[in-house]
Amino acid sequence: MKTRRRRYTVLVYTGVTVVSAVILAPFLWMVLASVTPQRILIARPLRWIPDQLDWSRYEQIFRGGARSVGETFRAAMVNSLVVASVTVALAMVVGTLGAYAFARLRFRFRGGVLMLFLASYMLPQIALLIPLYLILSSVGLLDNRLGLILVDLALVVPFVLWILSNYFLTIPEELEDAARVDGTTRLGALWRIVLPSARPGLFAAIMFAFLLAWDEFMYALIFTSTNASKTLPVAISEFSGRYTTDFGLVAAGGFLAALPALVVAIAFQRYVVSGLSTGAVKG
Amino acid sequence: MTIRRIHRRGALAASAALAALALAACSVTGTSGNQATGGSTGGGGQVTLNALFMKQAGYSEDDIAKMIATFEQQNPTIKVTPTFVAYEALHDKIVTSAPAGTYDVVLMDVIWPAEFASKGLIQDVSSRFPSSWKTDMLGGALSAAQYQGKYYGVPWGPSTKLFYANTDMLAKVGATTADVQTWDGVLAVAKKLKDAGVVQYPLAWSWSQAEALICDYAQLLGAFGGQFTDSSGKLVVNQGPGVAALTWMKKTLDDGLTNPASPTMLEDDVSKTMASGQAAMSLNWESTFRDLNDASISQVVGKVAVMPTPKGPSGANPGVNGSMAWAIGAKSAHPDEAWKLIEFLSSEANQDQFAVSQMPNWKASYQKADITKTNPDVFKAAGQAYDSLISRPEVPNYTQVSQILQVEIQNALLGKKTPQKAMDDAVAQANALS
Amino acid sequence: MTTTPDTATGTARATEYPLRRKKLRHSQGFLAFWLLAPALLAVFGVIIYPTLRTLLISFFQVDSALATSTPFVGLRNYVDVLTAHGFWSAAGRTLYFTVVSTSFELVLGLVVAGLLNARFRGRWLFRTIVVIPWALPTIVNAAMWKGIFNAQYGSLNALLTQLHLIRDYHEWLGDPNTALNMVILADVWKMTPLVAFFLLAGLTSIPTELYEAARIDRASWPQVFRSIVLPMLVPSISIVLVLRTIDAFKVFDIIYAMTRGGPVNSTQTIAFYAYTTAFSDQQFGLGSALSYVIVLAILGLTTIYLRLLRRSEMSLL
Repeated sequence: MKTRRRRYTVLVYTGVTVVSAVILAPFLWMVLASVTPQRILIARPLRWIPDQLDWSRYEQIFRGGARSVGETFRAAMVNSLVVASVTVALAMVVGTLGAYAFARLRFRFRGGVLMLFLASYMLPQIALLIPLYLILSSVGLLDNRLGLILVDLALVVPFVLWILSNYFLTIPEELEDAARVDGTTRLGALWRIVLPSARPGLFAAIMFAFLLAWDEFMYALIFTSTNASKTLPVAISEFSGRYTTDFGLVAAGGFLAALPALVVAIAFQRYVVSGLSTGAVKG
Repeated sequence: MTIRRIHRRGALAASAALAALALAACSVTGTSGNQATGGSTGGGGQVTLNALFMKQAGYSEDDIAKMIATFEQQNPTIKVTPTFVAYEALHDKIVTSAPAGTYDVVLMDVIWPAEFASKGLIQDVSSRFPSSWKTDMLGGALSAAQYQGKYYGVPWGPSTKLFYANTDMLAKVGATTADVQTWDGVLAVAKKLKDAGVVQYPLAWSWSQAEALICDYAQLLGAFGGQFTDSSGKLVVNQGPGVAALTWMKKTLDDGLTNPASPTMLEDDVSKTMASGQAAMSLNWESTFRDLNDASISQVVGKVAVMPTPKGPSGANPGVNGSMAWAIGAKSAHPDEAWKLIEFLSSEANQDQFAVSQMPNWKASYQKADITKTNPDVFKAAGQAYDSLISRPEVPNYTQVSQILQVEIQNALLGKKTPQKAMDDAVAQANALS
Repeated sequence: MTTTPDTATGTARATEYPLRRKKLRHSQGFLAFWLLAPALLAVFGVIIYPTLRTLLISFFQVDSALATSTPFVGLRNYVDVLTAHGFWSAAGRTLYFTVVSTSFELVLGLVVAGLLNARFRGRWLFRTIVVIPWALPTIVNAAMWKGIFNAQYGSLNALLTQLHLIRDYHEWLGDPNTALNMVILADVWKMTPLVAFFLLAGLTSIPTELYEAARIDRASWPQVFRSIVLPMLVPSISIVLVLRTIDAFKVFDIIYAMTRGGPVNSTQTIAFYAYTTAFSDQQFGLGSALSYVIVLAILGLTTIYLRLLRRSEMSLL
């Protein structure tokens, strides 16, 4: 028994080490490349550890003046932060209300409506681009953060609905019943009873929603064009485009663009499992 | 409200949507009327023009900001809002924004007038186009604005690929620029460089699955004495020169003279390969010379010679026509103001002022000593190169033809098909396009 | 996403009070409508018109963004799409991408989930590490791997040559035989953690009594895995399969950022093909028809998955 236990421990630690290495190696190389002088980066054979650090890309990004890549990047960072946080906030409000309906209420077409939301996720974005472009243009929301928030919301809400309604189902209905006997309305019960006990589900939903909104590329590519609304994915894809193929700069920009998403993901990851687990079982 | 009423609402919404669809059904794309939403007229006759520029190797964004400032000073009632996109995204941006009329002025590549004009995305400006321009501008550049005898824009700088050679490397095997005036000479020198171990892969090309590949191919096709199309407009690259050029390209790969990463490279990668001393010779646009002599990004400052593209067995050495042109968006609400901007940008004075960034398309500029001395090497090489340019097919479905050619040329380069078979397939597919 | 079953308690209660039942449903329907209205508006307010408009366009010949003459062609666009050689090769590549990436993500995800579920010191650190690829934006991920695979200075070439596994630098993304696999590798690296977390959620919900019962029966690990873990994971697996299949079928951004479909179209997936058809070739009718073919394909695959998995749930033991 003991040897089996030992063998198990060795196995786990080996696995953990290997997986961590595979995950960290590419990421750390990118981070390292962002401070490696270009001359060392393109040298052959490659020297993994540079003999000097080159912070010029970060300087370019943080200090670059008008019409520099830095200016574009900083504007894109602000745009991404605004678009993603507003999208998440709106999606959470809208999603919570809808999820409560799915989890607690019985009404006609419940299954049908749920299927509709699922089906909306199957639509490829390309199918909607031209008509959406025309709509946004006619209401003056082209190259505009609000326009981007609206279209992103349509992508994010189904996800939030799904995660939350599954989670709400796991909260015993009796808790609510007791409160409702005391005269609390449905919404009151949702606010005072369901939401406080749905924290893991809410956090999981926030994390999913944020990562989705942060990652969105195609709408941003087509619907934005200037620093007024261009988001980070578009800015990064331009970085790595034609006339700026300094990989160090791409790496620096990429690392910075990933930071907010990393912070959110690391902060919320411990809720994800409990937030999803029930959902998976009820699936 | 009851379920039934919800149901009714749904039905109502659905019928409203259908009605909206039916209303707009006269135009399936959903474009309505001729009014544009892009440019807006503010108080006091103030007009805002939206202009689509390219993030490019030639004029930098700083150059363009200066141009716009001057223009706005001269025309206080017009404000210009520039948007910059990468070349790779430019075509699709023009297409997706067309129905909404977002841009009053768009920059287009020499290969697009046929498509944009025949599909009604840009305005015919023949009546505005002064006839003197037709003789005062370089012929190759003019073709970037023409389609079926009509003018759909105004050229903004001619462009072609020139030949760059690292003279330091050449000297190590006792060669000079005189030895690389022909492609045979280039091969001989490349072989010496490789054998002497000066550089592992002497040649680098932009052979990625992109328009860049067609530009390199066009230049070689011309050197081998070929054309893309015959007089009837049919693709003929599966005959003599078309196949010979491709066979030649493939052979440089097989012989290890060409960097095997070339099929993944765009022009900028090629420039970087030259800049880091990993290639001795390459084709690239005029502005590369500036980058190769920029000490912050290049290790070969002052070691690079620029000259017209080498001659092929046919004795010809045409450069690919890579000119750009300004056009007015079909749905622009301010075509007159747009034309004013175009007139200003393409004017001789404006182009001369920025001749270091981009060659002017006015013949007269090449005679002005004070202009040519700002960029003597490139002026000399380019001046010769612009005399003979090879055009890519001027057909409305050029993007499709180009994609077919890109794929088939790569098929040959990567050894999946013989050059003859690849070009036969390309011609068959292209001619089958409706 | 899966459909949530009717809550058992709700049905039970409704039958308990047959007299109140109708009224209850009415008032609940009223409330449900208003609770769902914002979500419906947010999603379908944005997509319903474009969806129908695109469907409409797919029956017309539209070959310009500003087309003035757009003849009705019925199903011809669909016929053209389905008979085009390019479509089937793109479909084949998409299927390859979907099957290979999803199976790798599933298998590796299971391993990672098992590790995440194990008890060991520094588990919090491991979880944090595993989250990294998931949080990395797709475009950044693509740019990162493009750098790694770079034929001239990429670190993969450097690593493999320094380990003497290869002699010359290889053009990973320039070789049509490896390019798609390299894109898949980048995708698997990024998406495996997501899959792992989904599967972990399933793992943690397996009651410990089941494991204990198995231990008393002296079942071996493979036996436990086959008879307890796998069947209990079927719901999680089906969710992951459906989600990843939909994503893989729609894959666009990673292709756009890494290879743009090249070389020799070897990484051109069906969504990218549709994009090129519509925006580069300005064949909007064809492009719209293509989009709907993609939707139908996803719908079909999803249905098959769910069917298969539901059956296997019973027969796996």
